[in-house]
Amino acid sequence: MDRKGISLKIGEFASDVGQIRDLELTVGRITRDTWAETMGPTPFPGVTALRSWDRLLLSRYRPFYLPFCDLCCLCTYGKCDLTGGKRGACGIDMAAQQSRIVLLASCIGAATHISHARELVTYCIGRSGTTHRIDVGGVNVEVEAPITRLVSGVRPETLGDLERVLEYLEGQVTALLSATHTGMEGDALDFESKVLHAGMIDQVGMEVADIAQVSALGYPKADADAPAVPLGMGTVDTRKPVILVIGHNVPPAVGIIDCLHDRGLSRDVEVTGICCSAQDMARYAPGTKVIGPISWQLRYVRSGIADVIVLDEQCVRTDLLEEARRVRSPLIVTSEKNCLGLPDRTDDAVDQIAADLAAGRLPGALILDPEKAGAAAVETVLRVAPERKKQGVLPGLQALTGDADRCRGCVLCRRSCPNDLPIPEAMEQAAAGNLEPLGALYDACVGCGRCEEACPREIPVHSCIIAACSDRLTGETFTMRAGRGAIQDVEIRKVGGPIVLGEIPGVVAFVGCANYPRGGNDVAEMAVEFAWRKYIVMTSGCAAMSIGMYRDGDGKSPYEMFPGAFEAGGIVNVGSCVANAHIAGAAVKIASIFARRNLRANYEEIADYVYNRVGAVGVAWGAMSQKAAAIASGFWRLGIPVIVGPHGSKYRRMLLGRADRPEDWCVYDARTGEKVQVGPVPEHLFCAAETREEAMVLTAKLCMRPNDTTRGRALKLTHYMDLHRRHYGMVPEDLHLFVRTPADIPITMKDEVQRILAEKGWEETTIPDPTLLLRMIRAGKG
Amino acid sequence: MARADPWQTAEVAGPKKAAVLNQAEVAMAVIRRAKRPLLLVGHRAAEITLGGRPLIDWVIRLSKGAALPIIASGKAAAALVGRRYPPAACLPVMDAANRLADPAWTGIDGKGGSDLVLLIGLPYPMAWTVLSGLKHFAPHLKTITIDNVYHPQASLSFPNLSEEEWAEHLGALIEHFEE
Repeated sequence: MDRKGISLKIGEFASDVGQIRDLELTVGRITRDTWAETMGPTPFPGVTALRSWDRLLLSRYRPFYLPFCDLCCLCTYGKCDLTGGKRGACGIDMAAQQSRIVLLASCIGAATHISHARELVTYCIGRSGTTHRIDVGGVNVEVEAPITRLVSGVRPETLGDLERVLEYLEGQVTALLSATHTGMEGDALDFESKVLHAGMIDQVGMEVADIAQVSALGYPKADADAPAVPLGMGTVDTRKPVILVIGHNVPPAVGIIDCLHDRGLSRDVEVTGICCSAQDMARYAPGTKVIGPISWQLRYVRSGIADVIVLDEQCVRTDLLEEARRVRSPLIVTSEKNCLGLPDRTDDAVDQIAADLAAGRLPGALILDPEKAGAAAVETVLRVAPERKKQGVLPGLQALTGDADRCRGCVLCRRSCPNDLPIPEAMEQAAAGNLEPLGALYDACVGCGRCEEACPREIPVHSCIIAACSDRLTGETFTMRAGRGAIQDVEIRKVGGPIVLGEIPGVVAFVGCANYPRGGNDVAEMAVEFAWRKYIVMTSGCAAMSIGMYRDGDGKSPYEMFPGAFEAGGIVNVGSCVANAHIAGAAVKIASIFARRNLRANYEEIADYVYNRVGAVGVAWGAMSQKAAAIASGFWRLGIPVIVGPHGSKYRRMLLGRADRPEDWCVYDARTGEKVQVGPVPEHLFCAAETREEAMVLTAKLCMRPNDTTRGRALKLTHYMDLHRRHYGMVPEDLHLFVRTPADIPITMKDEVQRILAEKGWEETTIPDPTLLLRMIRAGKG
Repeated sequence: MARADPWQTAEVAGPKKAAVLNQAEVAMAVIRRAKRPLLLVGHRAAEITLGGRPLIDWVIRLSKGAALPIIASGKAAAALVGRRYPPAACLPVMDAANRLADPAWTGIDGKGGSDLVLLIGLPYPMAWTVLSGLKHFAPHLKTITIDNVYHPQASLSFPNLSEEEWAEHLGALIEHFEE
């Protein structure tokens, strides 16, 4: 694509014509553009380039703010009381302050992915060279980087090409972050537009990260039959030395796996992982063990199974040094973003580091070279494992009863528990010898450990919960399909039509963290429900693990029950967090490959297409992090709604449509230019659901789009009505808003629906070729 | 724990906190004064019991006694329908709150928005955030929570109560209307 950095320097040059001295000529970049597609209107868009599109969305989906507190505490003017419509010392009001906080969160998320992408690209270039070709699916994937192409207008061909994209992203996130400074942006909707911009660049950052690692590390390449990988604590052979990797940035794990391979020890040492590093390890080496989602950190570390713990970045518990010390597991940290106060041993010899760690002279070490970190982890685990004897800190039966007996029922543990679990009652039972109520808390426990922090008697409450069902923990033996990465172009061609016409009822993506209100089973059951209903189910990250930790009556996991192809009834694990870009990428590719819309720097038109035609919904049931906020924001700008669990209301803002205001739901008919009322589809862009049942009903509803054919709409209504009736015991009250013509009515429900329509005074409307953009109207254009 | 401490320890609101509803008479007076009160019922009302009876039955008694139309979310709606007492509207709580925050909302019957909403049966963090949204962006609306936990973001809230105390408080409120 392009090369940068040509520089010419002439100290002194004399000729008959004259003399040149100290001439310096720099060419910043030479562009080699081999992409024939016409450049669209918004290459490398700045912060306000898509503001008018954002305003269109935000005029339908107005923010509903949910402040955490009454104050702003961000500068030394404060604290400022923003209650009752008061403004702070800088002039900001509560709406702008909340949107500012949302922007901050999205910037943190985007910066984290972009920084991660930078690390991965640098690492992959170091390993394979700048000219290493990007290959995410061989001949099956021609549109290798749909989001990058869409946003930047460049088609990256090599790893080196990704650097220019990263420079753009880094500039944008800096500009966005600066808008949150005191005395900068003051308008809530302009903050929201910037949130959407942060989300968009976050999607690019994730895509860059994943296509780099897929290309350079030999992951499955758009492979619907990616290998099955072991999942759960019970899959670990505890007789062997065990290394645990936690985080998101895979190079240190690759270092471990490569070192074991080079030393012929691959069968002798267990490499285990938690969170997205585990997802990516499994893509690199399917024999590694995925322990579970982020919430498994404390329970696994305290079990003592891991002899050495290696941390990289993101979503890693910041108290793991203390936790590792308790179980005498040396800790190796590998990211400059997460040093934990440990000495930098990057320049020391592996043997020396391992000797110090094994002898306990150091509790841990910072090693910033991933290869060396891998070698040090291997050498250390070989020395440490025989001595440690898997010593954990989970209490045995007697100790547990003793701990429970010390409980005085002050209720502080329950009052600190995010899920309000009835811990005191369970402790009382445990003290009397009945461990069942305590063990029953295991599923809904998110593993935060706040109960222990709150306990005035220093009872290890979390450990007690885990110990009360230790058999279950060690019996966790599941499988998960490894992350496949991108969706093939040929898959898009096959399903693009049925999706756009509504005949595949929707694409539902279960993504995000594990801050679940009632455990991960909710996610698995939702995924299975929609796969049975022949939606295309996509997943990634911790949610993909939760789906794997489920078995049907025959003992099959959802990955065994459903295929991994991007097709009706498939469950598609794309990979780690950064692989989320392939989910948005699939929607974009439908516009580009199936509908043949120009992709290149043509964001607004493609988003308009996706919004009006592609019935996709994201469900981040346990969304916890700022990265999840950024990922959701990226989906919103593309017009894809996101549902979060009840804890998601703590993101402080919903983007809600108003089904009761018909005037909000007009689109242009691109054929005629007429304004047409299309009903509230999709009704919301961002909404927290209270229960799994509500999320399912909402998901079915939010898959409807103005472009649905009558057959497609009838199918979508069938699912919506069926789920609504099953979970709410009644027919949806807003049913009439989604019926445009009699042909939309599901045949099996015809009489009932017609009766309701008559009661509601329903009138038939037309089905337009929908667009929100005036410039897309074809009438009068010849 | 004091009766007016936030139930979840860290949920500290700020300068504007709910008045504690210790007496049923006060709640009754506020409800009686309201022109268009509503009862917003979350899913927990369909899951828990109080005084040996399902909470949803208490909700129905209150709704009937005080003539409070119900907006129910998900499971609560199913429980009400199962008892042949369908809610006036079935809406996700976020949707309901968003409409309540709009002074121009025409209400569930098309005749006007609300000036008072009572909440019961929502998960604590969700009730917390919704109440905060209404506190800051719905100055036309009073909020009362009648769960057994103190909610500082409401206008008025029951204090933290044991199950027996909660049954007493809720029972007294219902009985005032039934008299």
